[in-house]
Amino acid sequence: MEPVKSPIGIYIHIPFCRSKCPYCDFYSLTADENAFDAYTAALITSIKHWAQKLNRPFDTLYFGGGTPSLIGAERLARLVDASFSAFGVQKLDGGSKPPPYNIADGFSVGRGLAPAAAVPEITIECNPRDTGAKDSRFNFQTLRAAGVNRISLGLQSAVEAERKSLGRRGTADDVTRAVRHAKEAGITNISLDLMLGIPAQTLTSLRRSIDYCANAGVTHVSAYMLKIEAGTPFAARRGSLKLPEEDEICEFYLKACEELEKVGFSQYEISNFANPGFESRHNRKYWNCEEYLGIGPAAHSFIDGRRFFYERNLEGFLAGREPAADGEGGSFEEYAMLRLRLNEGLTQSETLGRFGYGIPEAMRERAKQYAEQNRLVSDGKGIRLTSKGFLLSNRIIADLLD
Amino acid sequence: MPNLKQNIRNFCIIAHIDHGKSTLADRLLELTGSVALRDMTAQLLDKMDLERERGITIKAHAVKLDYKAPDGKMYALNLIDTPGHVDFNYEVSRSLAACEGAVLVVDASQGIEAQTLANTYLALDHNLEIIPVINKTDLPAAEPDRVAAEIEDIIGLDCSNAPRVSAKTGLNVERVLERIVADVPAPTGDESAPLKALVFDSVYDSYKGVIVYIRLVEGKLKAGDTMCMMATGAKFTVVEVGYMRATHMEPAEELTAGEVGYVTASIKTVKEARVGDTVTTAANPAAEALPGYRKVNPMVFCGVYPADGADYGNLRDALEKLQLNDASLSFEPETSGALGFGFRCGFLGLLHLEIIQERLEREYDLDLVMTVPSVIYKIHLTDGSVVEIDNPTHYPDPASIAFSEEPFTSSHIYSPPDYVGAIMELCQERRGVFKDITYIASDRVDIHYELPLNEIIYDFFDSLKSRTKGYASLDYELIDYRRSSLVKLDVLLNGDVIDALSFIIHSEKAYGRARKIAERLKDNIPRQMFEIPIQVAIGGKVIARETVKAMRKDVLAKCYGGDITRKKKLLEKQKEGKKRMRQFGSVEVPQEAFMAVLKLDDV
Repeated sequence: MEPVKSPIGIYIHIPFCRSKCPYCDFYSLTADENAFDAYTAALITSIKHWAQKLNRPFDTLYFGGGTPSLIGAERLARLVDASFSAFGVQKLDGGSKPPPYNIADGFSVGRGLAPAAAVPEITIECNPRDTGAKDSRFNFQTLRAAGVNRISLGLQSAVEAERKSLGRRGTADDVTRAVRHAKEAGITNISLDLMLGIPAQTLTSLRRSIDYCANAGVTHVSAYMLKIEAGTPFAARRGSLKLPEEDEICEFYLKACEELEKVGFSQYEISNFANPGFESRHNRKYWNCEEYLGIGPAAHSFIDGRRFFYERNLEGFLAGREPAADGEGGSFEEYAMLRLRLNEGLTQSETLGRFGYGIPEAMRERAKQYAEQNRLVSDGKGIRLTSKGFLLSNRIIADLLD
Repeated sequence: MPNLKQNIRNFCIIAHIDHGKSTLADRLLELTGSVALRDMTAQLLDKMDLERERGITIKAHAVKLDYKAPDGKMYALNLIDTPGHVDFNYEVSRSLAACEGAVLVVDASQGIEAQTLANTYLALDHNLEIIPVINKTDLPAAEPDRVAAEIEDIIGLDCSNAPRVSAKTGLNVERVLERIVADVPAPTGDESAPLKALVFDSVYDSYKGVIVYIRLVEGKLKAGDTMCMMATGAKFTVVEVGYMRATHMEPAEELTAGEVGYVTASIKTVKEARVGDTVTTAANPAAEALPGYRKVNPMVFCGVYPADGADYGNLRDALEKLQLNDASLSFEPETSGALGFGFRCGFLGLLHLEIIQERLEREYDLDLVMTVPSVIYKIHLTDGSVVEIDNPTHYPDPASIAFSEEPFTSSHIYSPPDYVGAIMELCQERRGVFKDITYIASDRVDIHYELPLNEIIYDFFDSLKSRTKGYASLDYELIDYRRSSLVKLDVLLNGDVIDALSFIIHSEKAYGRARKIAERLKDNIPRQMFEIPIQVAIGGKVIARETVKAMRKDVLAKCYGGDITRKKKLLEKQKEGKKRMRQFGSVEVPQEAFMAVLKLDDV
């Protein structure tokens, strides 16, 4: 009997934006309707190609960008349909509520056991203005019918002035409307993005953004500390941006962790917080070092121990260029580096299951000093960083893996 | 055997750096057919890459040239090439002692410079016949008449017959050979007297052992003789004697008085065949050695450590190999709490230090950490004894010190008059004692200062050059030890002393230096998980401090599919970075921090 192939995650990149936010270094361009059509067609071709090549099912599908909502619900629905049919995955209907995510499932799936019948998690990143403006005609129903059961909205901040300084179109009200429309269509698993350490932010203004999230009726919050990326307008303007001091940013982060917890969003990763059961299954694959396929320019993949990626070039992708190799993946170091981003951390049992050996003694030794500083916990279950530890996770993880 | 002594001329070429000594030597080799033109790589005698790169001669070489003069007679011209840098004065003087004449090369556009004079005086001290040659006449800036006048005025040499040449193009170079034959006296010496031969150079060869270059003053030498080194007492059986040609060694039956050649005797190290020593025979030993032998003493010291401790053995081997051919390089093991195991090395001067450092890094592929160069201080203790300290870690307890002395030099700086102000300012900054200022030419002054050796051993020369747009040149020699107010500066990180960074300094300079060190360390030590206090102290008293704030945030907020390889690479880089870190107590200090402090340049 053929062993059951474990399902992969699929990421589809939509590289279009109306305008480029000054802090963003993801690959995106402004474009028009024709480009959208051409691109959608190219994606479908690619989806079919990969489905045949890999011969494996998927259990998560994630549309990121750019601004996926920009190409419209119809095209997105077509892409979802194409994925289901190409990969031969059943479009199970989980009703109006998404199934709870059982963390143990990842473990059994990883061991090639028949997965619990799970409704595939299908996420679309949406721009609040496009999908929540008063005159928006974005059709969440179309998405729902295709099987989409999760959306992510870029709030960034509930404070208007802060949104403006980030170059964001739209208002908090747009977000509120978008959430309502999505829920009315039956999509209730909704995530909001927040940013920490943005120009002119204070603890008080952060509190307002968190309160908004608490009252928005959403299931998930991603709170990212702003990073000034080289080559972006923010990098050029660094001197004149009124960015908070490093100490303040640390305070904001720890405060955010605390406050989000209080209103029901449990931290499960460095920057991700969710109502229990509503963690992002797709992103979990990254941090659990599981396999995923990335389609579209700048999209990355990890299949069969190998990493590869499509270059940041739309023409290239449209012309059918093959992705470039990016080394091997799945080593213990890589796994540990990723797992330590989770609150769950590196566990003795899963490490043993995956590699045949448990957490090295040397790592436990090195973990001791950090445990003393309350930056991590090291016990029978495994090693996991605290929020305080997350702030210095680059340093700590590098040290643990030395 | 015909008495060919009349046909022998022993000479050397002396000049200031870059005046064209080596190029002239090349032309002489060519003209005498010693080297086929197509075998010429420019400046053949500068065999080492390093020498060629820097345009300087480090090791002396000697070559026998066969010259057919216009009068039809064959002459044996022994050209002895000499180092031109002030660090190697002793080697120059021994080479001069092997000659009867010196060809003095002066650049027609630069005129007389520091080493022109220094070497000329040395040559005159050795009673050599000096043949002035004015070189680089091909350059547009050449002023041969002016330079000839300068030579006549300052040195007092008659330049009416001085060949005006271009060593580069070959113009008039035959005149040089004619003058050598005409003006340099033939050597004298009695073949039947007991052997007295001056060692003026030695080179280690892996097949023959040390090749000893000698000038026979009296007597003769052949294979089978038992030779005797008079200063060290060492005895060897001669394997071979002969002449050095430009491209090969030419064995001979015997060498006789007046001749220049080589001897090999399975000698293992150059330390056993020291420059300046006298070779005689066991069978018929000379009563007295030739004068002038001097044990060469290092003037400048520094710690040399391998960047990677695992390289210690390689460093030791490399130093041993270098020492085979460099009797003036000294080294002994030393340890440092911060840097691990290394060596304290002694050099003739800063150039010597730099050359050795470059050779270690380049030829032996070693990554090194060098500590601050230091000199030998004389510390007089309260109990009446005197200790000589070349390593700051051996500095005695201040309570036991009566007073300290530091070495002083007599330094001459030659420069155009425009820069006198800047130069005097520099010398004052370096605690110089003004002695004299004289015009040696209409556009050249000689500024004479007495400067502490430790003020000029590191970057004084560079500062001098940069303040004078490169026109100034320096000549110095050690003259005496003087009382000085010295202190030892200690550097503490997180409360622990880092001995590798300690050094002895004049109390006047201590505060300024302490502040600079604290700043440099602060700029170069990366933030760590805790605050790091940096303190610089004299004895127990902290005189400068800085703090490296604790790192609070070092996190990758987003790590999705496309970020993973980037993150992996970052991790790799961090690991690489760690390798260059030295753990000192709980503080990680990168190599760059050490270098920044140890290579302090005060310009």
